[in-house]
Amino acid sequence: MNLIKYTFLITSFLFFLIKNSFACEIKARVSVVGNEFPAIQTVGAGAKKCKGAEVKTNLTADHQKINVAGMSSEPAEYTSAIVANTSIVALLNNDLIRPLDNLVKKHGSKLKKNQLITINGKVMAVAFMANAQHLVYRKDVLEKLNISVPKTYEEMLSAAKKIRASGLAKNPVGGAYKAGWNLAQEFNNMFIGYGGKHFKGNTPEPNVNSDAGKKALNMMKSLSEYMNPDFLTHDSNATNAEFRAGNVILMNMWGSRAATLTDADGVSDAVKKGMDIAGPMTVGGGNIPASTLFWDGWTVAKKISDAEAEATFIAMMNAIDPSIIKDDKVRKQAVWLLDGYTPTDAARGVFAAAKMNTTPYPMLPYAGLMHSAIGAEIADFMQGKENAKKTLSDIEDAYRAAAKEKGFL
Amino acid sequence: MKHKTFFWFILPTFLAMLIFIFLPIISVVLQSVHTPHENVLITVENCDPFGCKKVTSIDHEATKNLNQSEPLGKFVGLDIYFDRGHLAIENFKLIWENSENIFSFVQSLSNLPFYKAVFFTLTFTFTVTPIMLLLGLLIALGVNSISKKLRGIVIFFSLLPMIVTPLIGSIILFWMIDSRGIIGNLIQWLFDDPNLSLKASTSLTWIMLIVYGVWHAIPFSFIVFYAGLQTVPKDQLESAKIDGANKFEEVIYIIIPHLMPLITFVTLMQLMDNFRVFEPIVGFSAEAHATSLSWIIFNDLGGETRQLSAAATSSILTIIGVIILLSPVLIRTWKDFKFKK
Repeated sequence: MNLIKYTFLITSFLFFLIKNSFACEIKARVSVVGNEFPAIQTVGAGAKKCKGAEVKTNLTADHQKINVAGMSSEPAEYTSAIVANTSIVALLNNDLIRPLDNLVKKHGSKLKKNQLITINGKVMAVAFMANAQHLVYRKDVLEKLNISVPKTYEEMLSAAKKIRASGLAKNPVGGAYKAGWNLAQEFNNMFIGYGGKHFKGNTPEPNVNSDAGKKALNMMKSLSEYMNPDFLTHDSNATNAEFRAGNVILMNMWGSRAATLTDADGVSDAVKKGMDIAGPMTVGGGNIPASTLFWDGWTVAKKISDAEAEATFIAMMNAIDPSIIKDDKVRKQAVWLLDGYTPTDAARGVFAAAKMNTTPYPMLPYAGLMHSAIGAEIADFMQGKENAKKTLSDIEDAYRAAAKEKGFL
Repeated sequence: MKHKTFFWFILPTFLAMLIFIFLPIISVVLQSVHTPHENVLITVENCDPFGCKKVTSIDHEATKNLNQSEPLGKFVGLDIYFDRGHLAIENFKLIWENSENIFSFVQSLSNLPFYKAVFFTLTFTFTVTPIMLLLGLLIALGVNSISKKLRGIVIFFSLLPMIVTPLIGSIILFWMIDSRGIIGNLIQWLFDDPNLSLKASTSLTWIMLIVYGVWHAIPFSFIVFYAGLQTVPKDQLESAKIDGANKFEEVIYIIIPHLMPLITFVTLMQLMDNFRVFEPIVGFSAEAHATSLSWIIFNDLGGETRQLSAAATSSILTIIGVIILLSPVLIRTWKDFKFKK
């Protein structure tokens, strides 16, 4: 009798242990800051499933405005920041994130090698998804007008011309051309597509005042003629809204937003059924797509206790556990870099971008300064207030002033 | 009041001002004359999901010692004040030499971010303030002359624009004036131009921001003037009537002189408020057409760049701007005060 009793007790204890080791247990606080698109919402919710200590998330489009300040205090308010290859630079420049090599050894058995972002040999971030801008279009409209899917921006322009002439859409082209970060990103795409290099070699000297720069600006201007006249106020959200409303037929859009694009209320069946995606476009006869590759990943703050860092690592590992992509809804939210991921239909664009050797966005300490100089100066050109040459030299001047201040030149 | 009583009376305010206003300004001044140390750049190998690459990076070990010994950064004096992002002395000279007339001078100058912001900020301040004063007074006079039963509800509705948070108010209007929004559509219909867009033209964006600024600020001047109207001496108005003054003359010769101290007060407050215009620019996504000094500070602090020294410099220049702007009113008040003494 006793034997049975003990066996029962021991087995139930074992079950308890096993069950607990599968759940996520943490011993210190976790606080995450990051962007707000669907895949990151999923990751944030995954971190919150951990028990044992408080897990807070602050997911907002303004994350770049708050993550540096929120990780500079001692102890840092945010124990983890979800970043991309653009936004990690500010954290690296200010020395706010810690190397993760030891934590990866201890808790990172489920990570694949290409998920580890290493800088000078140290793991500084764990990537969980890839992202790129690519073509999103209305198959039904193109078929109706007998237009083939554009592979280059030149083809996009001629398609736009035909669509406008047919009267099916007044402003058929969409793009996140909002003055500032978005507009600068579109310039970067086009500039790289024309073979431009932002900097002279490995130095912080600017190099945008070139032939490629001029061509990139002129192409953007030509495209904007087929856009809603308010294009300088349209970010990705507003551009997607235009697509949902059926006003936009062709647009260069983020892969991370394409999958769930038509999942909103009130989207007409024509748009829902007609939407399709393709790879990024090239421009000016070049082979490299006019687009940039991004990864999104998480980091762990430097100015927190080791216990908090470990808790954060465990919680974030739980958030990106390969099991999350078993859910079809989650699977199509992004191009996950997780083990066992097979691309969905929605991932074709980003996959094509990777296959076509799209340039990754540079992780340079001064890339952000260049980006914001471009975003501030191009608006004048897009409104026809000045010529391309003047705008490009303005960008270089604005960049130089900022780079001098930050100690790069 | 005895000096000792006055001292104890003012002490808490004085301390609060010292801690929350004076000290922060000192720290901003310090920040504006320092920049981060020069970064030691090294080439390292970075790996990401797309492969490994040799890139430039900051050598934190090498810059650490320098940062610890001089945590404020490198002293640069007024360099930041004179760089292209601010007063742009060199560009200013060049433009001055190369411009044929004042018009082309102003136009070239507005290509520089600081002057662009100053032009809009000043235009906004000097259009919104007078329009708002005038309309506020007219509404106050109007409300004062309607039947007492209706006044409560009219005052309530007149105050609504001020109750709405500026950022929310501007975002709501932003969508209403969209070319597909109710106001935007109406304007297109009125001018019979289907391509008319308020957001695509610089001058229309400026007008829109100014109209919004007036709409938002009127309740303040209205309620102050309305309160003032309740104290206008009845006997003076009556004697004016007996002397044969009409309504208009009553307003010009009795009501406005009586309200003068309030007008000064409202002007002072609104000059300050309008000079730091910020929310409508963000709410209307108007940064392509109009920027203000406050917006420049916000933009420098946010994003991937975090230019603290640039933001500090813009802040100091804004403070100097406010002082210059308010000095005529302050001098006037001071003279009045001395005169009364």
